[in-house]
Amino acid sequence: MQLPEKAEVVIIGGGVNGAGLAYSLANRGLSDVVILEKNYLTCGATGRCGAGIRQQWSTEANTRMAIESVKMFEGLSEELGHDIGLRQGGYLIIGHSDADAAQFKKNVAMQKSLGLGVSYLDPSEINGIVPILDAEGMGATCATWCPTDGHADPFHTTFAYAKAAERLGARIYRRTTVTGIDAPDGAVSKVRTDRGDIKARWVVNAAGCNSAEIAAMAGIDIPIKPYPKEIFATERLKPLFKPMVISFHDGIYFSQQEHGQVVGGISDPEAKPQWRAMPSLRFLKRMASTLTRYVPDFRHLKVLRQWTGFYDVTPDAQPILGEDEDVSGFMQCNGFSGHGFMISPSVTKALSEYILDGRASTLDMKALSKKRFVGELDREASVVG
Amino acid sequence: MSREGCGDGDRVIICRCEDVSRDEVIEAIEQGYDTIEELKRYLRIGMGTCQGRTCQRLVTQILREKTGRNIEEIGTTVTRPPANAVSLGALAAGGPTEEGGDEYATP
Ligand SMILES: Cc1cc2nc3c(=O)[nH]c(=O)nc-3n(C[C@H](O)[C@H](O)[C@H](O)COP(=O)(O)OP(=O)(O)OC[C@H]3O[C@@H](n4cnc5c(N)ncnc54)[C@H](O)[C@@H]3O)c2cc1C
Ligand code: FES
Repeated sequence: MQLPEKAEVVIIGGGVNGAGLAYSLANRGLSDVVILEKNYLTCGATGRCGAGIRQQWSTEANTRMAIESVKMFEGLSEELGHDIGLRQGGYLIIGHSDADAAQFKKNVAMQKSLGLGVSYLDPSEINGIVPILDAEGMGATCATWCPTDGHADPFHTTFAYAKAAERLGARIYRRTTVTGIDAPDGAVSKVRTDRGDIKARWVVNAAGCNSAEIAAMAGIDIPIKPYPKEIFATERLKPLFKPMVISFHDGIYFSQQEHGQVVGGISDPEAKPQWRAMPSLRFLKRMASTLTRYVPDFRHLKVLRQWTGFYDVTPDAQPILGEDEDVSGFMQCNGFSGHGFMISPSVTKALSEYILDGRASTLDMKALSKKRFVGELDREASVVG
Repeated sequence: MSREGCGDGDRVIICRCEDVSRDEVIEAIEQGYDTIEELKRYLRIGMGTCQGRTCQRLVTQILREKTGRNIEEIGTTVTRPPANAVSLGALAAGGPTEEGGDEYATP
């Protein structure tokens, strides 16, 4: 397929955010949109992720964004005419100390003030939510529980956005790699690819952990580093539990998916930014020893496969969003630091507002500009995996 | 019709583990999911208990018929370790910090 000579918006990256933005724009009538994807849709972090959707955050801004996104996820299958596999089984967050208990109480109060249905639990209440957990083995002192959290199918969410965008006139070019960006006089003018060039009024950098490299093509410096994150899936079991179980202290998250397999990951305290994608036995052993402490019955459960994806991590674990201050027409949509699936509905809606209306009315993107890295950082504490 | 598929009424099953039929594969290819990696993600083909050992060859054959590409162009999906299912209990034995064998020698 021949690339067009020009487009109003060129989106670099066919993950959930690139596809979601193409849909948001086309749905509001801007259909002269092109997605350039070097391989195939979902081949980046999107197709490797846990696709968990959590509204229980420690900062008000993140909680708001996640609540807004869940509202949108709830209507998405119908809106897009394709099942995105949304399952709202809840998130159970385990705490392990008095400090956790104090923080969790504060979080729950803030989250409730924003209208979220969430509760603080004592250890004795944990088995009422997930019977197979061993509260003592986990060393649980408390937990929080939000039944409307959940997960969706990352492949079908992305494919659904992409198909709907295409029906509305957007065009998607797979196996097309962006190799350069022309931005003379501080404004984007052209995107270069291995299959020809496209003139563009707007260029969106939704290239996941390749975003720093894409920004550099336009002479822009953003502090994004790739962190390898491993994840595994077990054989299928009959349905045992619906919630995603996570602990910031142990860095573990796991849930049982629709198809019966248990999928989960665990963070590595010695993780360094790098491009190593090799699956490690070190990960499997860490995961197995923590998970069997949480659920002793899982001793007999067999691991089927493991894989690695990359987080696009910024210094404060918050995304970089909005028009670049130095190159006009260049939109940042990256740095999601491991939670870019769950907030994609509100992120892509806000970016489309900015492109169409000149300002985002549903999200304060100023706070998420790259300029914040010059000053003091306010790091999001509730990051896992 | 492929003689390798096992009949289930009119439904010829290509991926037994994930219950995907030949018609579903063909429909997905016609919708544009025309590489083995995309079919895997769209239909879950090859993600089942046998990890594609049974179905990958059949999918490759359908792709060849429908797209005219040869086997090399179609390629295979990345094989994910472990090569054989291993229990969490066995992996947990010895604790998380046991030395040795940090990385597999697989892709
Ligand atoms: C193991 C793991 C678990 C996770 N769990 C969760 C979770 O539970 N919940 C959650 O919300 N998030 C989770 N995440 C994070 C989430 O996956 C990402 O934040 C999200 O998918 C990012 O989507 P994206 O569209 O921004 O980027 P990506 O999906 O990474 O897409 C970027 C795309 O850009 C393309 N690209 C790159 N360079 C070029 C180029 N030069 N030319 C053309 N195309 C290019 C890539 O091929 C890729 O397809 C997890 C991530 C990992 C790795
Ligand atoms: S037959 Fe397809 S995964 Fe086993």
